[in-house]
Amino acid sequence: MASSDFTLPDVGEGLTEAEIVSWKVKPGDSVEMNQVLVEIETAKSLVELPSPFVGTVSALLVEEGQTVEVGTPIITVSSDAELPTPAAEEATEIADTAATVAAAEEKPHATLVGYGVAGHGTSRRRGAAVPQVAATDAPAPRARPASVPAAAASVIIAKPPIRKLAKDLGVDLAEVSATGLAGEITRDDVVRQASQASVFRNIQTPEWGDQREERIPVKGVRKAIATAMVTSAFTAPHVSVFVDIDATRTMEFVKRLKNSTDFAGVRVSPLLIMAKAVIWAVRRNPTVNSTWTDKEIIVRHYVNLGIAAATPRGLIVPNVKDAQELSLLDLAKSLEQLTLTARDGKTQPAEMSGGTITITNIGSYGMDTGTPIINPGEAAIVALGSIRQKPWVVDGQVLPRFVTTVGASFDHRIVDGDVASRFVADLASVLEEPALLLD
Amino acid sequence: MSYTAATVQLLDIEGKLVTSDATAEYLPYIEKLSDDQLREFHRQMVVIRRFDIDAANLQRQGQLAMWIPSLGQEAAQVGSGLAARPQDHIFPSYREHVIARIRGVDPMRIIEMLRGLSHGGWDPKEHNNFHLYTLVLGSQTLHAAGYAMGIQLDGATATGNPETDEAVIVYFGDGSSSQGDVNEALVFAASYQAPLVFFLQNNHWAISVPVTRQSRTPLYLRPGGFGIPGIQIDGNDVLASYAVTTANLDRARSGGGPQFIEALTYRMGAHTTSDDPTKYRDNEELDFWTKADAITRYEKFLRSRGAGDDFFAEIEAEAADLTADIRRRTIALGVPEPSQMFEYVYSEPHALMDAQREWLANYEASFEGGEA
Repeated sequence: MASSDFTLPDVGEGLTEAEIVSWKVKPGDSVEMNQVLVEIETAKSLVELPSPFVGTVSALLVEEGQTVEVGTPIITVSSDAELPTPAAEEATEIADTAATVAAAEEKPHATLVGYGVAGHGTSRRRGAAVPQVAATDAPAPRARPASVPAAAASVIIAKPPIRKLAKDLGVDLAEVSATGLAGEITRDDVVRQASQASVFRNIQTPEWGDQREERIPVKGVRKAIATAMVTSAFTAPHVSVFVDIDATRTMEFVKRLKNSTDFAGVRVSPLLIMAKAVIWAVRRNPTVNSTWTDKEIIVRHYVNLGIAAATPRGLIVPNVKDAQELSLLDLAKSLEQLTLTARDGKTQPAEMSGGTITITNIGSYGMDTGTPIINPGEAAIVALGSIRQKPWVVDGQVLPRFVTTVGASFDHRIVDGDVASRFVADLASVLEEPALLLD
Repeated sequence: MSYTAATVQLLDIEGKLVTSDATAEYLPYIEKLSDDQLREFHRQMVVIRRFDIDAANLQRQGQLAMWIPSLGQEAAQVGSGLAARPQDHIFPSYREHVIARIRGVDPMRIIEMLRGLSHGGWDPKEHNNFHLYTLVLGSQTLHAAGYAMGIQLDGATATGNPETDEAVIVYFGDGSSSQGDVNEALVFAASYQAPLVFFLQNNHWAISVPVTRQSRTPLYLRPGGFGIPGIQIDGNDVLASYAVTTANLDRARSGGGPQFIEALTYRMGAHTTSDDPTKYRDNEELDFWTKADAITRYEKFLRSRGAGDDFFAEIEAEAADLTADIRRRTIALGVPEPSQMFEYVYSEPHALMDAQREWLANYEASFEGGEA
């Protein structure tokens, strides 16, 4: 009776960990060579792991939902027959002709060969079984998201512009009551739904959870966020400063860009102007764009501009490389691409590394400002608050103007109050007068 | 995603021989073959498929760093591989496991390379002129063109004796065909009328990029622009692959200049084990090619010619034996000492290597006691 552990392999190239998604066997089950034991999810994809042993499952060593490092034993299989081990086996060099291979191959591997005899040849050719690299007859991994449009979606009748409008306004067409003649959703229906949604935004509150307490495993992106935040908050002494400003000219500039043919089809928002402002202000105050290493301060004379992005998996901070080289149009395209990629969960590790300074656009959640935590390895993070019309004094008169708050946190080991203030004042001046960018 | 009117097919999906004007030129090559020779095609295809699948499993079991499956492309490879004469030179890409085996390369050489134990070298002279796997896409077409030009300079081709005249065949894929190297090789081969057969396995996917995005024209029409005749074959028809390659190699060796074959086939599995094809392609295409599978139809053909269950069982046993043997030898390979990586950088002792070796030893030692 021999007992063997199967350790989590690196199924990609250089992957370090994987999540155990679902076990396909349980203790007491007998397993064949190459039978699928478990489905795991790596940073790259869902993968089925075939058994390297023949025998009986003694124990599953990792629970579903847990993330473990490569090299961790995940299952124990005991076998009646002695398994071939490198030491026990004589690694005879066998000439590669089939005849000699067949002659040389006999006794200790009866169990190994066994799985093959058990109907490998024909079953393999069945349709769905083929695409996976592994040799097993398991069904194709997961229904593709593309096939999702459910029954509910099929009864919605709406013209493309109406669908676009609904998307822009954040309206779920499935919840809109249609008043069109043929049962189609009209523009008015969508607008009405949107106004209701904004008035009664909190009207639908979910029920209390069934259980009294819930335990959410700390893993993946959440774990990475936690590590980064703790590292930053407890090594870099943070200092934050704020200033209220009149961003009316920025809003006018954004409007003009939106209407210009050069920017047709490109997403333009105040974030773009802020991005440009940060690059400009970094050139004037280089130390905010640096890294503390205890021995030295590395000042970067380039800007890999990070944008904090909320994704379904949590917060990530991809960055635009060498943003200082980009024209306003290219910067707008880069920001849009970066946001879309992040939202689809397709951001690659390289896009998140090497950032030099970050912007967090908390205004998109309606917040005025905050005291953000610096992305580790950087010296500053800028918060762009919401921009809305408020009373503002212009030439002794109170006028409605687009007002916002610009805030930023700095690593006080590198940046003192004077530089921090000058940097934020520079940002503020650009938002007050974007023409300064012509400098 | 399927065959065209121009596709040469000798064996249809049902396993029946196709007799038509289009096949009349090629069927005589098949009629010359004995039953044993016909069965050899099947043996090679089935055995390599089993090996290939088990090698992918070994990767999933942590025994290999990566595997490059040939699943689905067996007929294109076996037919053309067996069409080459002993004196011919073969320049593979990196997926031609069965041709390596046919030419006497132990599959363990490929296993060792993808386990990270070797750089993949073998001596082509000692392996029936089977040259090295080339991971750089398409560069082997230039090596092959140069080699074919060398054969001309040596006077080893086009003497009128098919038993000794040499030719070269080079394997590449639809993705590689977009590379500059491949286009340069076509120019050189055409200019020098070198004895070279370009064998393109169109498996429809360059990792995740479909062939339709890379070429607005069927790939067999491309060589026409270089002055090289092109032909499209059903790459899942081992007989078409054998007959058309034989005819093309004979033309090349007798002074007919370069030839070009596009074999329509399909990569049934992933590009490599680091790839997940379910993310970018659909089952419809897969279903089509599953029905067009090379081994299924060839088994029907052999059965219609009298091959019985015992023959197929024998092949299954051989395949199982080979994979069991490879599995045992793979596990026995072990893991090399990390210090080895410093030993072949300089031929003489070197201070920097010593420092790095020491650093690694200290680093490794820092884990001791920390883990159960």
